[in-house]
Amino acid sequence: MSNMPADLKYTPSHEWIRVEADGTLTIGVTDHAQEALGDVVFLELPEAGRVVAAGEACAVIESVKAASDIYAPVAGEIIDCNQAAIDAPESVNADAYAAWLFKLRPAAGADLGGLLDAAGYAAAIA
Amino acid sequence: MSTPQTAPAKRTALYSAHLAAGARMVDFAGWEMPVNYGSQIEEHHAVRRDAGMFDVSHMLGLDLSGAGTTDFLRGLLANDVARLKTPGKALYSCMLNETGGVIDDLIVYRMSEAEYRIVVNAGTADKDVAWMRQRIAASGANVTLEARRDLAMIAVQGPNALARAAQAIPELNTASGIPAPFSAVRLGDLFVGRTGYTGEDGIEVAVPAARAAAMWEALLAAGVRPCGLGARDTLRLEAGMNLYGQDMDEQVCPLDAGLAWTVDLRDEGRDFVGRTMLETHTEAKAFLGLILEDKGVLRAHMKVASARGEGETTSGSFSPSLEKSIAFARLPAGTEPGESVQVEVRGKALAARTVKLPFVRNGKALV
Repeated sequence: MSNMPADLKYTPSHEWIRVEADGTLTIGVTDHAQEALGDVVFLELPEAGRVVAAGEACAVIESVKAASDIYAPVAGEIIDCNQAAIDAPESVNADAYAAWLFKLRPAAGADLGGLLDAAGYAAAIA
Repeated sequence: MSTPQTAPAKRTALYSAHLAAGARMVDFAGWEMPVNYGSQIEEHHAVRRDAGMFDVSHMLGLDLSGAGTTDFLRGLLANDVARLKTPGKALYSCMLNETGGVIDDLIVYRMSEAEYRIVVNAGTADKDVAWMRQRIAASGANVTLEARRDLAMIAVQGPNALARAAQAIPELNTASGIPAPFSAVRLGDLFVGRTGYTGEDGIEVAVPAARAAAMWEALLAAGVRPCGLGARDTLRLEAGMNLYGQDMDEQVCPLDAGLAWTVDLRDEGRDFVGRTMLETHTEAKAFLGLILEDKGVLRAHMKVASARGEGETTSGSFSPSLEKSIAFARLPAGTEPGESVQVEVRGKALAARTVKLPFVRNGKALV
């Protein structure tokens, strides 16, 4: 059974989202996703300053097996990406919730209401 | 709209053993097979450094016998079974259609004068048997073909494979136990071939299905690590071994897939299926390895731009041994190892260089 912390939000496309105290979002891929992907060997992450639309493919995660897109959960501006994860892609397999991928400042009026909670995500992947 | 009817996935005799070992199962050519048991990279390293085992029971063993078998196979296969002088000796060959395309690639072992074991791929097994039966019937050759779905097959591969397998399989501890490289022996109800698909030493053991789980357990106890299809793919890619359906198929002739070495044209009187097409096939494509110099991962069917024109990757992945991405590529005739090329990866042109295959053999990087 995959691990899915209750304090995070999720998308059906297997991103996790942590809403920080300042309103910014920290985003990664779920434990379920890393397990399905297998050994992660390459990450292509968006640079700070890039403006993304909700649902836009903005990062790529490649395992030995396949490449998968990672989507912006809401519209906004990228404010950081995780260089440590780029340097050690296997950290996503080791702990998918510690190995965050990028941070995003939601655009004014961006709607977070469509994100799933842990129970909703568990139902989505069941 | 109607839903396509799909047959339920087939399971090998080792299905329960895979689940017990924590396998992640996937559909492969209609079979439910393990893709990994956790980390495919660790499984890959186990085969390069120690010993790993693969369930290859989805592949099919065929027994051909009868006075006409040698002549029949000399007409059926692009490689020449007449090269097999010593009992047990193995040969890798393509089986071609009339247009020189590859119906399948296979291993044939000559066990005695007129007795052969052939092992074919899972996804092509039914069409292979149909093709062979049709050719036997059409020629009237004295050949009996028996498909051996009663057998399971376990490949044990790696530098310590023979030593660990000998601890687990009593038959291997006899005078005739371990066959010579690229040869096979029958040991009681076992068929043991010193062959594989990893670039390492090892054996492939065909065993009655009822005995397969016990043999798997004994190999586990001897320290052999279960390995899935994921590791099998990266191992064969590093070893420069083609994958049917990906690197070649019925539309591709062996000369365009780096397999000229498996086509034997020396006996001018040997009229095998596809020969005429191969003899008129000029300007064969170069089939080379690629090593990615930029960051990223090469996959199958990416466009390659070279000095001589355009080509295409046929297989690609991340090489755990080299810690770089590698691929096979079909490139314009005359392309040489050591050239710089550009591969189109998601809209970007990434730098790669061509190399002679294989990338890795017997645990050592060759590039």
